[in-house]
Amino acid sequence: MERPLTQHISANHPWLNLKDYTAVGGYQAVHRALKSFTPQEITKTVQDSELRGRGGAGFNTGMKWSFVPMDDATQTKYLIANADEMEPGTFKDRLLLEGNPHQLIEGMIVSAYAIQANTSYIFLRWAYKKAARIIKEAINEAYAAGYLGKNILGSGFNLEMHLHTGVGRYICGEETALLNALEGKRATPRTKPPFPQVSGLFGKPTIVNNVETLCNIPHIINNGAAWFKALGLGADAGTKLYGVSGQVNEPGLWELPMGTTVRELLEEHAGGMKPGFQFRGALPGGASTDFLVTEHLDVKMDYQSVAAVGSRLGTGTMIILDDHTCPVGFIHNLEHFFAQESCGWCTPCREGLPWTEKILLSLENGQGRLEDLELLETHTKHLGPGSTFCALAPGAMEPLQSGLKYFREDFEKHIHEKKCPWDEERNGSHLH
Amino acid sequence: MLSAKEIKKLDHEIALVPIRKSACIEALKIVQQQRGWVSDESLRDIAEYMEMSAEELDSVATFYNLIFRKPVGRNIILLCDSISCYVMGYKKIYQHLQNRLHIKFGETTADARFTLLPNACLGCCDHAPALMINNDLYRDLTNDSLDEILEEYK
Repeated sequence: MERPLTQHISANHPWLNLKDYTAVGGYQAVHRALKSFTPQEITKTVQDSELRGRGGAGFNTGMKWSFVPMDDATQTKYLIANADEMEPGTFKDRLLLEGNPHQLIEGMIVSAYAIQANTSYIFLRWAYKKAARIIKEAINEAYAAGYLGKNILGSGFNLEMHLHTGVGRYICGEETALLNALEGKRATPRTKPPFPQVSGLFGKPTIVNNVETLCNIPHIINNGAAWFKALGLGADAGTKLYGVSGQVNEPGLWELPMGTTVRELLEEHAGGMKPGFQFRGALPGGASTDFLVTEHLDVKMDYQSVAAVGSRLGTGTMIILDDHTCPVGFIHNLEHFFAQESCGWCTPCREGLPWTEKILLSLENGQGRLEDLELLETHTKHLGPGSTFCALAPGAMEPLQSGLKYFREDFEKHIHEKKCPWDEERNGSHLH
Repeated sequence: MLSAKEIKKLDHEIALVPIRKSACIEALKIVQQQRGWVSDESLRDIAEYMEMSAEELDSVATFYNLIFRKPVGRNIILLCDSISCYVMGYKKIYQHLQNRLHIKFGETTADARFTLLPNACLGCCDHAPALMINNDLYRDLTNDSLDEILEEYK
């Protein structure tokens, strides 16, 4: 089984510096791309590989690049690595950033060449202190070795790379909000169109790609589109970093073929539920994805298969809901996060999310009414796709709408019993 | 008044961006690093140097949760309160912190040793519950490990 992204990353060893990275074939894709490919050929190869954005949206990466206008060679363009990993339950990019920074830098050089961008940024979340230190050092190494800067490998292609660390807020991961943050503004999302590919950072054509997406690029250039496609088990291409957190025996992160089933992740890799805990459901790809339940254990974790059962692959890092955790409290925690992280720009999100959170809290505290469930359902429509400025509120509604469907009895119990059925289990340490 | 050291750092950041005020978040970070937080007076000084109004800069400063517009303690505890840490029991850790430090989220100890803040997912969910103190990440927390960790910060 091939693990192109993580094969050289080991938990007990320090990060791969330039020497380590080149010793295992690193930067070959830069040599190859700059010498033997036109920018258009790189884009075509990536498009043919069917690599889809690993940040959660799942858009074809090569197609995204193909929207960048290429007719004016003097045009300023930007490439940005979105390393603002902040989707609750998601911890996959951290491994790539801390373990093998040159793989990301190499992916960025090849990607920047494909769109002919001469300036690039890594937008890193503030909390990733170790990653910041490592990336800074790796960028310096890459400059010293001539992989960054002017006239890279004598090709005539120039690329500057900067590390930018954020100062918090989930919304910075939304690509147009990220651009505003990078411009020193409040990170509210922008109207689309124009899309960033045409008018992005400082009004110039800009590509924003997730870290895991960019790390795949060198391997696609080295091994070809057909090789990449064949890595997947189902309809989608490549490998995927999958994670499992919650009350399982061995929570963790693994690179596996795209299309590995929920059951294999849970039972083989995460070692099954801890003794005394039963599986009740899982958010397959971060906080903003619909619940999967027992009947979905054999679903393949790829974009199409997860979508077919009403959820999203998202970031591919699962959060498990167990039988000792109250589903209403679980969903309240999620909606508290989303209400707090709403940028406040559009009314449905700014007003609707705190309302949702308050209703859930009153239910959890045994003060709910049956009408509240209808009210919550109304919110899932009013804050759903098409009603808000960006995808934050629709994402927030995904675990709520599926939670209401799969855990309806638990919601009703709170109302009938006028308390949370899990209250006593928490030994009176129920702190809201 | 901005110090010479702060101005030197600010000028470095300004040189990297095409529009002067685009460096304003960096400017806030630089001043906060020196002074611990961004007072009204600091905010006005930064705004003047960045050639923007204090109001515009404050709209940026108050958007981001890690720019502090109120005084904070010598050490900042950021306790993850997101979903994986919720499942794995961050509330017990929060209770223990309250018992030990006698402060709630958003408060600072009387001796200014610690400020306690909630924080969104720290991205180490396979080692929940987790928190950061200043620049350091601590994972797989228990009440006992937490006691030892707190001793490291004076």
